[in-house]
Amino acid sequence: MTSQLAYKETFDCVQCGYCLPACPTYASMGKERHSPRGRINLVQMAAEGKITIEEITESMELCLGCRACETACPTNVQYGKILESFKGVKAAEAPAPFMENMALQKVLPNKKLLAAMRASLRAYQKTGMDSLARKSKALSIFPEQLRAFEEIAPYIEMPNKQLRTGILLPEREPKARVAFFTGCIMDVFFAKINDLSIKLLQHAGCEVTVIKEQTCCGALQNHSGDTGTSRKLAKENIAAFEKGNFDFVVNAIGGCGAMLVEYDHLLANDPEWAERARVFAQKNKDVSVILNKLGISFSRELSGAVTYQPSCHLLNVQKVADDPVQLLESIPGITYVPLPKGDMCCGSAGIYNIVHYEESMEILDAKMEHVQSISPDTIVTSNPGCHLQMCLGVKREGLEDKVRVVHIIEILAEACGIDHK
Amino acid sequence: MITEQIVERLKSIMGSEKRILLEKADLVSYSYDGSFGAYNPEIILQPVSTEEVAGIVKLANDMKIPVYPRGRGTSLSGGPLPVHGGMVLDFSRWTQKLIIDPEDTVAIVSPGVITADIDREAQRHGLLYPPDPSSSHVSTIGGNLAENAGGPRGLKYGVTKDYVLGLEIVTPEGDIIRTGGRTVKNVTGYDLTKLIVGSEGTLGIITEATLQLIPRPQATQTMMVIFDDIIDAGKAISAVLTSGILPSKMEIMDQASIQAVEEFQPIGLPIDVDAIILIELDGHPIAIRDESEQVKQVCLEVGAREAIIARDEESAENLWKARKLVSPAIVRKKPTKISEDATIPRSKIPEMFRRLQEIKAKYEIDLVVFGHAGDGNLHPNIITDKQDKEEMKRVEKAVEEIFTAAIELGGTLSGEHGIGTMKAPFMEMELGEAGLEMMIRMKKAWDPNNIMNPGKIFPETKGQRLVLVHD
Repeated sequence: MTSQLAYKETFDCVQCGYCLPACPTYASMGKERHSPRGRINLVQMAAEGKITIEEITESMELCLGCRACETACPTNVQYGKILESFKGVKAAEAPAPFMENMALQKVLPNKKLLAAMRASLRAYQKTGMDSLARKSKALSIFPEQLRAFEEIAPYIEMPNKQLRTGILLPEREPKARVAFFTGCIMDVFFAKINDLSIKLLQHAGCEVTVIKEQTCCGALQNHSGDTGTSRKLAKENIAAFEKGNFDFVVNAIGGCGAMLVEYDHLLANDPEWAERARVFAQKNKDVSVILNKLGISFSRELSGAVTYQPSCHLLNVQKVADDPVQLLESIPGITYVPLPKGDMCCGSAGIYNIVHYEESMEILDAKMEHVQSISPDTIVTSNPGCHLQMCLGVKREGLEDKVRVVHIIEILAEACGIDHK
Repeated sequence: MITEQIVERLKSIMGSEKRILLEKADLVSYSYDGSFGAYNPEIILQPVSTEEVAGIVKLANDMKIPVYPRGRGTSLSGGPLPVHGGMVLDFSRWTQKLIIDPEDTVAIVSPGVITADIDREAQRHGLLYPPDPSSSHVSTIGGNLAENAGGPRGLKYGVTKDYVLGLEIVTPEGDIIRTGGRTVKNVTGYDLTKLIVGSEGTLGIITEATLQLIPRPQATQTMMVIFDDIIDAGKAISAVLTSGILPSKMEIMDQASIQAVEEFQPIGLPIDVDAIILIELDGHPIAIRDESEQVKQVCLEVGAREAIIARDEESAENLWKARKLVSPAIVRKKPTKISEDATIPRSKIPEMFRRLQEIKAKYEIDLVVFGHAGDGNLHPNIITDKQDKEEMKRVEKAVEEIFTAAIELGGTLSGEHGIGTMKAPFMEMELGEAGLEMMIRMKKAWDPNNIMNPGKIFPETKGQRLVLVHD
């Protein structure tokens, strides 16, 4: 069993400790075994039979998977691979709870189920049931973590169907042909951001297509050690996007993008798919990269101090650091203020904030201290998970009236005078 | 042996049980540092006050339990390794005190404070804390003090010991004493401050330090000088340093490291050259502009092919990028990196380079040299794979020969990493029998029960050899 651990990869670590300052859980928990160096050593020890999988489980499961350690590492240790190898061993040893598997394997990749979920959430909000439920404390039967997220859940809007069928042409000769990747959860909770992204891409001169056959990216399954499902979804996506001759496949979700650009790693040992995965991975770009490359023209002046909390997977896996900042700096009227320790994870990390609520809130509280130190009017995010977590942070600090949280696409669209309807 | 009773007594000493770690996952996590070898402790304590430390040490001394102080475990010489088990005292959580007194130009710090944070706070008052080991953004000041850490700026500003005015320490018998004070001038009695700094945790535990800060230079100017022959690079270093100019940094990269960087991430370094020296000047902007022209002339006169002066901060950063990329570049071939820091007098740099090339060929190992050339603190780095037992045996012999070469050339075993476990076998070679004996007598006087970081600095058996990998 432990032979499945990425043992060889652990020897790339020279134990210099340069990853320690980059690790949010080392900062919040203060123990070596909650640091990247500690976790790599634990995996090595487990592979050598010097410690059991059981004994290292807590340390490994409390890892956010933000991969900031990879960015800090001077010797290119593939931490993500080491972590995932543990998750794989763990999943094979003790399968995840039924509901979690059900959600990851059946619900996320299923368009009809997601649409039904979106519709019922919308109905729940539209009918005023949500405020009634909150007032009547009916929600108190749920554990604290779920209640916390119910309160900050975004207002659900239906996707604009006109943007999701056929090929959308820009006003002038197209500068690039792009396919838009919608994501699964994103298109339930943040369909509006997908709509705005599509319009902005069009505005920047792209010919945009939304392919029907696309499915969930497989990131959450991969983080849970279910690489089988991830590989299956990866193949479906690759096949779907191969149908058109696109220059880029664009998404507005840091976490999904990170999975898509690593399809080549995921399918490296599959001779039939390795090359196709490599081509697909290279075509994947975050929407900020394309917009910054092609350029957008602003028509409205905004105001206030704006800061940016990067998505870890956009920063550390996709290595996109400058494009979002350059875009924000170019918006007329605003003052861009860098967030101190902005490269530290906010504690959202997929479903970490639900599974490890307390640990996540400690990390979020540290994050909000940095936010408070610069008193921004707007916090910009680039991933739905981070977005919700920052909303929660703002609520916990009682700043709802002072600070708004927006996806980078929303603020760009606002400054370009682009409306979602 | 840590019994349940001892754990109970430790619980009454420590303010919180959360800072007492006993789980297996914790024990293996404090078994290593940035060097070689792994030894599990029996317990880890994370003290955050002098009283806690004094209580722990008194108990350890009574029960004769080894005590191993540790910062964030970046040591390259094995300083924090718990080679005889016992207790690890992890100081990384004691970060609470960082006070800058701009009037006295001092900083008062608790041992867990990160080195770079001291300089960052000092900067807010226009001050500088000069020691800058490359791990300063990770390492604790406690570890830096214990190991007397250096860094590139050592050339102009000296090392950690040159900035320590006073210390609070817990002695191996658990007493709390203060050494030195808050003034530059202080000749009251023996200079215990300097004795403790660099004693690698073998004479006591530092619980607070008063550090000297200096005015921060207004500006810096970076340049890159390229040489066709490394012998000329050696000459250039001496020529610059006798020209009336003292650069803040002079870093060398040899041909192997330049090539490794270019293969890893092409940034336009010339690969047909023998060596590159990166120079940084600091001071008044007008003065350093003039000085950089002079340095350029001096280097060209002794045979440099080219000297490039950075136009602005961005191009300076690009020049330093080459140096930063060496580490990731050289470990691509093989994963294990052994960073040595044998140091020689400046005039012997060309001779040391010749010897290193001989050692490289003799033992058929991958060896690159990049380091603080200005102060003779070269860093020969051996790139190997610690899973390859046969090669590691050759590496061990090569490292021994590097030490011998340094001492024969009038240098020292360690410029800034410390002796720890790795270099203990070679102490007598440098100090002589009587010299080493005087140090051992001091250790016995301070620590009669040998509980304080035992197994470090001094060879434990006659004829002990360097061992990197245990069978």
